[in-house]
Amino acid sequence: MSKITIPLGPQHPALKEPENFMLVLEGEQISGATVNLGYNHRGMEKAAEGRTYLQNLYLIERVCGICSHSHTTTYITNVEELAKCETPKRALAIRTLFAELERVHSHLLWLGVAGYEMGFETLFMYTWRDREQVLDCLEMLSGNRVHYSINTIGGVRRDITPEQKAGVVQRINYLIERTNYYIKLALEEPTVAARTANVGKLPLDVAIERGAVGPTARASGLARDVRKDEPYLIYNELDFKLITHNTNDVFGRLVVRALELVESYKMIKQVLNDLPEGPIAVKVPMRIAPGECVNHYEAPRGEDIHYLKSNGTDKPERLKVRAPTLANLQSVAYMLEGGWLADVPLVIAAIDPCMSCTDRAAVWNPKKGKTEVYSWEDLRKLSIEQYRKRGVDFTRL
Amino acid sequence: MKKPARVFSEVIKHLFKKPATIAYPFEKAHIFPNFRGRIDFDSSKCIGCQMCVRVCPSKAIEIPTSEHQPPAPAQVEGQPAVAAKKKFDCIMKLDHCVYCAQCVEICPKKALIMTQDYELAQTDKAKLRRHYK
Amino acid sequence: MELITPLAYLLIFPGFLFLAVYGLFLQWVDRKLCAVMQNRMGPPWFQGYADFIKLLAKEVIVPDEANTRMFRVLPFFAMAAIITALLSIPVWGTALYGFQGDLVAVIYLLTIPTVTFFLAGWSSASPYSTVGAMRVLTQLFAYEVPLMLSLIGPAILAGTWNITEISAFYAAHPVLIPAQLLGFLAALIALQGKLERMPFDIPHAKNEIVGGQFTEYSGRLLDFFLLAVDMEMVVGAALLNAVFLGGALGLTGPAAIAMFLAKTLFITFLLALLKVLMARIRIEQMINFCWKYLAPVAMAQLVFDIFLKYKLG
Repeated sequence: MSKITIPLGPQHPALKEPENFMLVLEGEQISGATVNLGYNHRGMEKAAEGRTYLQNLYLIERVCGICSHSHTTTYITNVEELAKCETPKRALAIRTLFAELERVHSHLLWLGVAGYEMGFETLFMYTWRDREQVLDCLEMLSGNRVHYSINTIGGVRRDITPEQKAGVVQRINYLIERTNYYIKLALEEPTVAARTANVGKLPLDVAIERGAVGPTARASGLARDVRKDEPYLIYNELDFKLITHNTNDVFGRLVVRALELVESYKMIKQVLNDLPEGPIAVKVPMRIAPGECVNHYEAPRGEDIHYLKSNGTDKPERLKVRAPTLANLQSVAYMLEGGWLADVPLVIAAIDPCMSCTDRAAVWNPKKGKTEVYSWEDLRKLSIEQYRKRGVDFTRL
Repeated sequence: MKKPARVFSEVIKHLFKKPATIAYPFEKAHIFPNFRGRIDFDSSKCIGCQMCVRVCPSKAIEIPTSEHQPPAPAQVEGQPAVAAKKKFDCIMKLDHCVYCAQCVEICPKKALIMTQDYELAQTDKAKLRRHYK
Repeated sequence: MELITPLAYLLIFPGFLFLAVYGLFLQWVDRKLCAVMQNRMGPPWFQGYADFIKLLAKEVIVPDEANTRMFRVLPFFAMAAIITALLSIPVWGTALYGFQGDLVAVIYLLTIPTVTFFLAGWSSASPYSTVGAMRVLTQLFAYEVPLMLSLIGPAILAGTWNITEISAFYAAHPVLIPAQLLGFLAALIALQGKLERMPFDIPHAKNEIVGGQFTEYSGRLLDFFLLAVDMEMVVGAALLNAVFLGGALGLTGPAAIAMFLAKTLFITFLLALLKVLMARIRIEQMINFCWKYLAPVAMAQLVFDIFLKYKLG
């Protein structure tokens, strides 16, 4: 059968954000796939250099809508580390609470998206209806459904009242019941199994080689989770299990996310039950001491890394974000090859891609009227030139 | 254990339930009391310190001095003359605002007030530039 | 008068106009039922008609690469075949034009829309529609045999190939209707595949190949294709009603029409139920399912019907 090349994206009903996959098809089977990025570049890292640390909080929050708390928390951990500030215990607990609520909201969203991509609209509608409960929790506590803006340098902005606590617990109890139903549904419905089992295989060695992170890695049996490996916030005080699965396929990723939901509910209750007393924020001066700092964080999609360099002013000198999707995209090309065309949307969705987090490397050249993607050599040459202008010579490095 | 059409009972149950969605423009969405909506301004409290302008991450606020300044209070016998309290306006660009309410937090006199308004869409862009006097 | 009556039959009732209006109505019923079962509100009753009128006013774009004549003519072929099929299916007790062997003719007439879908996708000459077109044909081979096998069963038991006579037979012997349950279910599932509805909407699975065979269609042409699909649903439901459920059950006049509407609505409900219960399956799983499970079930019903026929004499 002759080969046809199908472009999947940058505009395609299966993709929520612009990205491009060129698929070479032999009949219904895929014999080759390439991933092209760069449709969603917004120059956030550069923008961060022109704003104060406090203003950057609201910018970083908008790196990604779903992981808004993950990015700000990683950023703020860096800032507080540089400023040598003692964040109050209660603030850390509230941040942990938000982190887990965000994970619940992200995983429920993913469950719906997976249902939609496999053509199971009923699952999609039900999970997104129930997701409203956790969004209500977030709105009640922080004042917004998606951009919580709960972090501030030195602590958090809003405290939790006992009534709010009761409201959250009540909604979480409802969600626990519903999640158990969805787990049963996913395990027992034959069409779900038919669509997800043995689809998008990612064996353990390939997952390690390609640097998969988050639920994608854990579904390949790789026990890697920043919350366990290097506990931040108050995770070392919480009792939770690290969920792994060894089927290496989309079904495994579904199970991992569903069981992580259950763990998150457990953690939310633990945090709410013994919320430390005390202040919720301390004062931090506008100027941050010079230095460099790297921190990582287990976002719902995987490990999120931020690098921050300060030069002693009230604005950062450099901020670098490594979002989890960038790490996982390497695995997508592997997972697509040899699969069915019908499984492509599901395989792509299974890493829970977030392109707005990821895209940071394309250049739009208005003179030539086209996009150029810089190679490593080009970038190196450019950076050497850039620093030579500032009087630093890096040519010999 | 595989059960075909596992969702059957749930689906049938929903035939007799009210929809979870609301008919939005006819029926208003439920908003929690401390939702971060449009920022309101109280001119009588503002001292023109420009803290909000500096802290705003999206440069959405301007605090100019008002066109019509109140007259200085009449001088009381035996006391030094009191200068007129300067009056300030606030221009809030709703299309720039990200509704983080950082300005409300930073304001030393509580002149900026967070409201729960969220239906702020306009067909005319000029209307998004609110001038509070 | 001699000319007007048949023309009225063809164009107004039960021909084009009735089919179009009732088809769009059934589309709404289907969408509303799905929405309610998914805990949503669903569209208002006029949504189907509004969409139809809106699309009529839209520009028709024919791709440069496409075979223009084929591209323009196909939607009307699909519609014509479906209206012709209805002539042999009883709406008020007797069919307009029934003859011995019209069951086979109807099955073949109902295959024509599927073939036009394939040709539409193929002549669009775009990657998505080509894949969609290939899927249409592949799927045709999956559901056509079970559908035909399950429709033959009742015909053999009734001892006639005339649809009107088959429904008259079951109206006279209602005891035999439950005996056709297996065949009815098989035909229902095969019909779902024929109408390309979830979980068998593989040829135009939107998150895989965008619009499938209809990707390049727009405006009036797309409108008539979509109308043809809605009409096909009425005709499919009417066919199952006539063959398996005894048609009008011996009623005549308005009561028979009311019976027809009630039963087609019931079949629409079953089709909507099938739509919300399952995830879309892959094309190769569909073929496996149809040949491994659906065709044997239909075959078993057929053998049972032959045995019953022998027993009853």
